Amino acid sequence: MDELVKNEAGDRIYTLNLGPQHPSTHGVLRILLDLDGEYIVKADPVIGYGHRGHEKMGENRLYRQFFPNTSRIDYLAGLLYNHGFVLTVEKFAGIKVPERAKYIRVIASELNRISSHLLWFGTYLLDIGGITPFLYAFDDREQILDILDTITGSRLTYSYCRLGGVARDVDSKFIDMTRAFLKRMSSRWADYEALVSKNVIFIHRTRDVGVIDEELARQYGVTGPNLRACGVAFDVRRSEPYEVYDRFDFEIPTGSRGDALDRYDVRFREMQQSCRIIEQALDHLPEGEILTPKVPQKLPVPKGEVYFAFESPRGLTAYYMVGDGSQTPYRCHIRVPSFGNLNVLNEVLPGTLVADAIAILGSIDVVIPEIDR
Amino acid sequence: MEKQVREPGAPVVQFALLDDILNLARANSLWPMTFGLACCAIEMMAAGASRFDLDRFGAGVFRPSPRQSDVMIVAGTIAKKMAPAIQMLWDQMPNPKWCIAMGNCAISGGPFEYEEQYAIVPGAHLIVPVDIVIPGCPPRPEALIQGLLALEDKITKGEGRNVLRRFKRVSGGIN
Repeated sequence: MDELVKNEAGDRIYTLNLGPQHPSTHGVLRILLDLDGEYIVKADPVIGYGHRGHEKMGENRLYRQFFPNTSRIDYLAGLLYNHGFVLTVEKFAGIKVPERAKYIRVIASELNRISSHLLWFGTYLLDIGGITPFLYAFDDREQILDILDTITGSRLTYSYCRLGGVARDVDSKFIDMTRAFLKRMSSRWADYEALVSKNVIFIHRTRDVGVIDEELARQYGVTGPNLRACGVAFDVRRSEPYEVYDRFDFEIPTGSRGDALDRYDVRFREMQQSCRIIEQALDHLPEGEILTPKVPQKLPVPKGEVYFAFESPRGLTAYYMVGDGSQTPYRCHIRVPSFGNLNVLNEVLPGTLVADAIAILGSIDVVIPEIDR
Repeated sequence: MEKQVREPGAPVVQFALLDDILNLARANSLWPMTFGLACCAIEMMAAGASRFDLDRFGAGVFRPSPRQSDVMIVAGTIAKKMAPAIQMLWDQMPNPKWCIAMGNCAISGGPFEYEEQYAIVPGAHLIVPVDIVIPGCPPRPEALIQGLLALEDKITKGEGRNVLRRFKRVSGGIN
């Protein structure tokens, strides 16, 4: 940064270092912003501050030893990553899963998705200046954590799924708690709407801010609610249904403008759809086994490769594994949605105000250790 | 006026009572820094939010700037790239200051420490002086509260701290 960059008028371009410790970078993201007055000329995200070597660890461990890692890649949606990983290995090794376990997995995953979105909802509003919604959202989130605590024994980093099923069966207490939670949430949406969605300050802060158009989203591989906010109804649960998602009736919320308000709106409606899925899954929860009894200690993993994609709260996530016939994968790659979602900032941030940069950064919902993995 | 007799070696000015009062005040208004590295940061947020409410213990005022904070809660895995930034933040905090290593990663590298690990610093004690460790992966908010209470205890008792201990500067990272 020795040489001074100047704009056409001859004024100095100021380089602002945002992060890696900054209250609104959600962890350890660092963005180098070149500023011309209050306007951003260039934005350059620097990643790698959360690199822990998950992929390398996957290659050094047995398939079943990688479970605890999966929930720490994206710690907001640990169960979904856990779920995706067992599905990948099950597809690879050809393991059958009982019906009941499939439903339980879906219920747990969707609960986790709501908790992830609620956390995003709280912290995003905190970023742009509203403290009350944070406390409301965490109150609701604690209910979900309580429910998941009863079956997984953990609040955040779950290792609940097993090859061929789940670790523990759900009981009537779990079902009652879940139904009570759904009932609670059904009255809660109106509160949130009155508090945030119809709040004039919030709308002014987010409407037409950080517009990602469809073409740009495709170029950068943006997925999840960020893509759906551009009007593309792409959801892996619908386009390539895995588990039992094809049996449920749910909508894919989409936006039209692709701005921060749309991204908020899509996530907000997605939580309601998740509630619908949970309700249907609870209604049709079959009886029976929860774990395939004979999953061999030595997995029948063939030589070759497997790719499996699933929908995490942040978008299309996938495991890609190359097996060499042994009990550890030769290569374990994880496709994370936040990487594409973050890098689109290169194009979106220039031309906006610094204050808007925070509103945009929060609205795309990145989890940094997931990008760095 | 009577001439005061001073024992050889005793401090000229004594602040014992004042120190006690100051320590009591410091212990009951800890201002942690808003600083999350990984999973543990979410539990730290949960501890500050509705149900667990750190404000009850005087430690709920999370400051975004190191210049205003007393406690650094190292919540998460310390990547090698991040270590210099943590040292810089620690140096920027005014004395007196304390450090809590939250979670197994900040204590010893936790689940990520194994033979071929190349990416992380195994333990916050290698780069900053740590007062309290809170085990767990991640620790529940109750555990964080217990850790903060233990720290408050330590401060109230006025236990001596080796603030002058030097740490090797970690290279790389920022710029």
